[in-house]
Amino acid sequence: MTPDPRDTVLDHGLLAEGTFEPGEAPAGIRRAPTGIDQLATEHLIVNVGPQHPSTHGVLRIVAELDGEEIVNAEAAVGYLHRGIEKLGEHRRYHQLATLMDRGDYVSGIHGELAAALAVERLMEIEVPRKAQWLRCLMSELNRIASHMVWYGTFGLDIGAMGQFLYAMRDREAILDILEEVTGQRMMFNYVRPGGVLEDLPAGTEEKIRAFLRTIDGYLDEHDALLGGNEIFLKRVRGVGTIDRETALSFGLTGANLRASGVPYDVRRDQPYAAYDELEFDVPVGATGDAHDRYLVRMEEMRQAVRMIRQCVDGMPEGEVMAKVPKVLRPPAGEIYACVESSRGELGVHLVSDGSDTPERFHYRGPSLFAMQVLEEIMPGTLFADGMMLIGSVDVVLGEIDR
Amino acid sequence: MALDKLTGENSIAFIRSEQLFDWARRNSLWYLAFGIACCAIEGLMSASGPRFDFDRMGVFFRASPRQADVMIVAGTVNKKMAETVRRLYDQMPEPKWVVSMGACANTGGPFREYPNVVLGVDTIVPVDVYVPGCPPRPEAVQYAFIELQKKIAEQTEGRLAARRDQG
Repeated sequence: MTPDPRDTVLDHGLLAEGTFEPGEAPAGIRRAPTGIDQLATEHLIVNVGPQHPSTHGVLRIVAELDGEEIVNAEAAVGYLHRGIEKLGEHRRYHQLATLMDRGDYVSGIHGELAAALAVERLMEIEVPRKAQWLRCLMSELNRIASHMVWYGTFGLDIGAMGQFLYAMRDREAILDILEEVTGQRMMFNYVRPGGVLEDLPAGTEEKIRAFLRTIDGYLDEHDALLGGNEIFLKRVRGVGTIDRETALSFGLTGANLRASGVPYDVRRDQPYAAYDELEFDVPVGATGDAHDRYLVRMEEMRQAVRMIRQCVDGMPEGEVMAKVPKVLRPPAGEIYACVESSRGELGVHLVSDGSDTPERFHYRGPSLFAMQVLEEIMPGTLFADGMMLIGSVDVVLGEIDR
Repeated sequence: MALDKLTGENSIAFIRSEQLFDWARRNSLWYLAFGIACCAIEGLMSASGPRFDFDRMGVFFRASPRQADVMIVAGTVNKKMAETVRRLYDQMPEPKWVVSMGACANTGGPFREYPNVVLGVDTIVPVDVYVPGCPPRPEAVQYAFIELQKKIAEQTEGRLAARRDQG
């Protein structure tokens, strides 16, 4: 009678045949905490990325697995490093917007706005009131477009497909408006130091109103499609909890921070553009899990719609561009300006030496901090949930590597 | 080749196997879901969205290079990434094609002064179609695929003609 091969495996151990002593794991092999008795298991290192459909770009995560459970996760970055900060030191102040657009490429207006604010504060330029309102209007439109990308891909990470198509439908409607105003679908180059490129063209206001008439119903539809899905709720509830202290110590901002219960919003706490004239609420989460981050972002879209309504109704008359010199030469000094981008506090630190190019140009991308918290929240979750967590913190790689 | 026009139930088509395979290949160009930077949002995401709907051309995304026919290089390739791009290209089965999308993949684009940036992805992998723009519109990528289909058809015809000449 031939021996059952399974007995052999159990007798000698799966991986360390011959060297395995029961009760003592050989070097390099750790016992699984939940493993079966008499069975030594080896931790498996799985490399995710840089090419992976769930890493939202070229993020690379090296995960150490114990069975299905992530024991340790390490993020490796640098696959999209293209020297935005260094190139900024060789560009004139007007040209910074081009680089900022390509930093956080999903919400370009916010990046441009941060760079423009920094230059304006350094040069003490008075921006016309209409330009301020247009900046708010475009920022909020861009915020919805950006959150739609997040919403669509977040579902994809969990295994759903339908919501992606609905999200793209709404995003295209917004991109039509943005394209009509700025001339581009993604790299807008619309916000300039001193104001904005131009006024809304004829007919755009009606287009925005038509969009506003449909978006409320569509947002409810999104909430029912993904947020009301039992499978989705089972996957996101209680997973990837970031508590208040962790969120603060990692420097999280934006929806990730607010989901952890900290009501910090740059638009409300350090108002820029016309946000001090607009009415909006800052949604705050209770527990800080992936579901709270979902709810906060969905509510942010509703608040953005509310602000767009106020912007369209209360749009003042007047100039859209202040009188600024052709070549900007801010006085020597340094300044930090920040805006609330779709991902959090997007800041620009400029050091000027009085010439036409910055001495130092620093770009604070909120995604960099959101990416680092992944190393903290991924251990202890299942591998499949780890992919979902990358989607839940909403990172953009252009902002991480810069 | 009007194979798709033959609708009769008992019709028989005489065709070279090479032509048949290339006809099938160019109408199901599956691309590798490999977004590097900004262009990925336009060329891969909006493209598979409902408005542009590349699916109707048989262009659909695959997550693994082993199932893909086309690689869309969508974004800035830096020296750290270049190795991965080449490895992914090598992992794709023959026949394979490369679409270089956007200014960065074509020449280095707005970042070409930076020493870390590769000056055009054609220094790493052979490129079949270049799409200009920063970023190109999804329609431009669609046009690139139409051009790629033409190129595949022409290559087959060229090969067959060369064989005829040899006798």
